[in-house]
Amino acid sequence: MTGTTLKRTPLYECHVEAKARIVPFAGFEMPIQYVGVLEEHRAVRTSVGLFDVSHMGEIDVVGRRALNLVQYVTCNDASKLTPGRAQYSGLMTPRGTFVDDLLVHKIADDRYLLVVNASNADKDYAYLCAQAAGFDGVDVHNRSDDYAQIAVQGPRALEVLQKLTPANLAEIKYYRFVEGTVDGVPAIIARTGYTGEDGFEVYVAPVDAPAIWRKLLEAGREFEIMPVGLGARDTLRFEACMALYGNDIDDTTTPFEAGLDWIVKVEKEGFLGRETLVRQKAAGIKRKLVGFEIKGRGIARHGYPIWSGGSEVGIVTSGTHAPTLGKPLGLGYVPIELSGPGSQLEIEIREQKIAAQVVETPFYRRAR
Amino acid sequence: MANPSDRLYTKSHEWVQLAGGEATVGITQYAQEQLGDIVFVELPAAGKQVTAGGVLGNIESVKAVSEFLAPVGGEVIAANGELEGHPELVNQDPYGKGWLVRLKAAGAPAGLMDAAAYEKFLAEESH
Repeated sequence: MTGTTLKRTPLYECHVEAKARIVPFAGFEMPIQYVGVLEEHRAVRTSVGLFDVSHMGEIDVVGRRALNLVQYVTCNDASKLTPGRAQYSGLMTPRGTFVDDLLVHKIADDRYLLVVNASNADKDYAYLCAQAAGFDGVDVHNRSDDYAQIAVQGPRALEVLQKLTPANLAEIKYYRFVEGTVDGVPAIIARTGYTGEDGFEVYVAPVDAPAIWRKLLEAGREFEIMPVGLGARDTLRFEACMALYGNDIDDTTTPFEAGLDWIVKVEKEGFLGRETLVRQKAAGIKRKLVGFEIKGRGIARHGYPIWSGGSEVGIVTSGTHAPTLGKPLGLGYVPIELSGPGSQLEIEIREQKIAAQVVETPFYRRAR
Repeated sequence: MANPSDRLYTKSHEWVQLAGGEATVGITQYAQEQLGDIVFVELPAAGKQVTAGGVLGNIESVKAVSEFLAPVGGEVIAANGELEGHPELVNQDPYGKGWLVRLKAAGAPAGLMDAAAYEKFLAEESH
C-alpha cells in the first residue's frame, strides 16, 4: 500500500475516543484492539461484542441478468436464494481457485449485494466488471464507500440490537436478512457473522454509523458489551475455523482443498472453474486444509512448514493460542493421506520440529 | 507505569538489572503493551552463551511472535519457570514477577539507557 493514503471508516473517531490501538489493514486505519485481544474474545464468546467492519467491500450486481452473472462467477448456487436470504460462496478463477470468498445477498430478482474482503474489494470489482462485459443487462457497482458495517456478535447480540430496531430479530433465521431500520435509519440487518457465535451484521449509511455505534454500546452496557478489534476478530474466526482469505484460501487453493465442499455446486451449469472442480471432485484432492493441535511447546504461525516422516509436506495457514480452548492450534494444508484426525505431524517452529496432531474441525462450536 | 530507575534499558525495549556480576533481564512496560496478551514465552536453557544484542528467546502474543534480545553478553544461569504456566505475568508485572532470564554477565554493559533516557527515547519514538 506504499504511496497510497490509508482510508478511515466512518467510525474512526469512535475508535480513537475509545483509545483503540490503530493499525493499517487492507488499506484502512483499523482498530486492532481496545483493551486486549483475550478480553475482547471472551466478551464475544460469553456475552456480546461490537465490531467495526466497515472496511469490508460491498458490490451491487443489478439488472435483469444479475443472477446470470452471479451464477457464472461463483461456485455456490445463487438460484436457490429468495429475497432476504444470504449465501456464503466463492468468487472463482477459471482454474477453480478463489479470487475471494464472499457473501451473496439476494435483495431482489434484479439485485444482488455481494460482501467481499476489504483487501480484495478493488480486485473483485474489476474482475466482476470484466466478466460482466460478456452479459447484456447487468451492471456492477462498487458500493463500498456507501455502506458502513457494524457486527454485533455473541449470545447477547439479539437482545442488544433489538433495543434499536422495530424488526423482530428472533424471526430472522441464520443467513437471512431484512431491510428495516436501526435507530430510525434505513439498515440491512443480516443474521451472519465471522465469530462462531450468534449475531448480526448491520449495513447502514456511513453518516448514520457513529450514532448507532454509540447507542449499541449504551444498549449493551447491561451485558458489559465491548468494542472488539481485528485481533480478536481473527482469534474468534480461527477457533470457528472460518477461512481467512490470504491465509487459509487464495487463488492457489480450491474450495475442495479448503474443505468447503458444501459451497461447490458442480451440477450448476457453466460457471468459472467448473471443469477443474468437476475433475477434482472425480479424481479426489491431493491436499487438504486441516486443523491440528500442537502437542509440544510452541505456537504455529502462518507460513511455517509442516513435516512428516522427515519430509516437508505442507504449510501452516493460520495458527495461534486459541483463547477459548486454551491451547495452541493451527490450520494448514497437508497431503490427503495425512488429513485424517489423529495423523501425526511436525511443525517447524524456529528450526525446531514440534509434534502436532490432526484434530476435528471446527475447533470451537457454540452450544445451541 | 514509570520505568524503574534501578535498571538500564535497550532500544529494543528490554531492561537489565545488574547486581554482583548477575544480570536479570525482562521486557519493558511499553514492550508488553505493544505485544498485547502474551500466551507463551520461549526461554533459553541454562548454559546458553549469548552476546550483547543476540537473541535470548521469543515471546508469543495472541497476535504474533517477537524476539527478545540480550542487553548484555554472558551465560544464561536461570530462566523464569513461572512463565511456563503463567506467561501473563509478563503483561501484569513486567518489572517484577514477569522477569525473563538471569545471566552471568560477561563484561560491562554498553550503549544502554537509564530510565530518564529511555523515557525520552520512547517519547521520540512515538512521534
